[in-house]
Amino acid sequence: MKLLFRGGVVAGALFAALAAQADEEANLVINGDIEITVRTDAPEHVAQLGTIYSGWVFRSDETQSLQMDDFENPGMIFVDDAIDAWNTVDGTAGNSCAACHGEPESLAGVRAVYPKWNDEAEEVRTIAMQVNGCRTERMGAEAWKYDGKEMINMEALIASVSRGMPVDVAIDGPAQSMWELGREIYYTRFGQLDLSCANCHEDNYGNNIRSDHLSQGQINGFPTYRLKNAQLNGVQSRFRGCIRDTRGETYGVGVEELIALELYVASRGNGLSVEGPSVRN
Amino acid sequence: MADNVKPRVRVPSDATAGEEITIKTLISHTMESGQRKDGDGNPIPRSIINRFTCTFNGEPVIDVTMEPAISTNPYFEFQAIVPESGTFEFTWYDDDGSVYTDSKEITVG
Repeated sequence: MKLLFRGGVVAGALFAALAAQADEEANLVINGDIEITVRTDAPEHVAQLGTIYSGWVFRSDETQSLQMDDFENPGMIFVDDAIDAWNTVDGTAGNSCAACHGEPESLAGVRAVYPKWNDEAEEVRTIAMQVNGCRTERMGAEAWKYDGKEMINMEALIASVSRGMPVDVAIDGPAQSMWELGREIYYTRFGQLDLSCANCHEDNYGNNIRSDHLSQGQINGFPTYRLKNAQLNGVQSRFRGCIRDTRGETYGVGVEELIALELYVASRGNGLSVEGPSVRN
Repeated sequence: MADNVKPRVRVPSDATAGEEITIKTLISHTMESGQRKDGDGNPIPRSIINRFTCTFNGEPVIDVTMEPAISTNPYFEFQAIVPESGTFEFTWYDDDGSVYTDSKEITVG
């Protein structure tokens, strides 16, 4: 009797282990149409990772399936809101996004290459900075709050039209110094807990930190709809959350350090598909 | 009227007679429960969708009474058997008196 009982426990544990592995083998196809690369060879500058994985493969079956169909993806509700904003005239110039860009699909490919060096402004720009550049210079409208609702929704719309395209941010040329700053921050330990990004997302991805299954911290899926707060989350807000969790003082969104970190972390995912708006827990 | 309320419905465009089809509906709505308070401590008045119905060629398919504990952007998925071609009508009733509707045609071949 005792032996049988033990056998049951072992079988149960084995089953649990297999179930967890099954998630990581899954493939992502959105709407039965857009094939997403969720695992691929690591780019040269992060060769130590071997293979890079989208955060999607680390999530449970239920969370994974939410992203396979736009009807079930709660992030797409916010994309719809952004389409309304896209077509709305704002500012003194009497322009909407649509006035210059036409359909949102004309921005296909944009999300894949940002953050990107801007020759005119002579700085590395995120999509949010570019959107605000458009708003203030071409539309004569007020800049949106960097991680405010309108901005994150618009970023989700811009990401959604690039889904399936491989992330390919440039790390050389004029962007190189920002990229190096980002790399330095990635490996710097922060906070009372003395943790760098790499401690969790490079050394321990796949392991659990308490009940949380650590991913590689890839940002190809941003903006991300998180089940924990039922809204879209921007990548820099997420960085702030991570630094806060080390019990450190964090940077504000839109500052040089986080732009550099966004560029660097994006480059670690060169080769994965753009997924945003993704669904995570 | 609550902001940004938009009904969404997915129904297959064709089916065979007697086939069980899956219908998915979602309406974006804040579903303010009436239990919360704003920054100044004043109660935020309740504002929810309190009823959802679906009919097929005038015949009731589903009729749901909804309560304040239902979370934002309520989603319903249910099955229906369609005997003939026709129209599904979907109706959401808001606390503030607004009524939102959507409809989908289905062809039975």
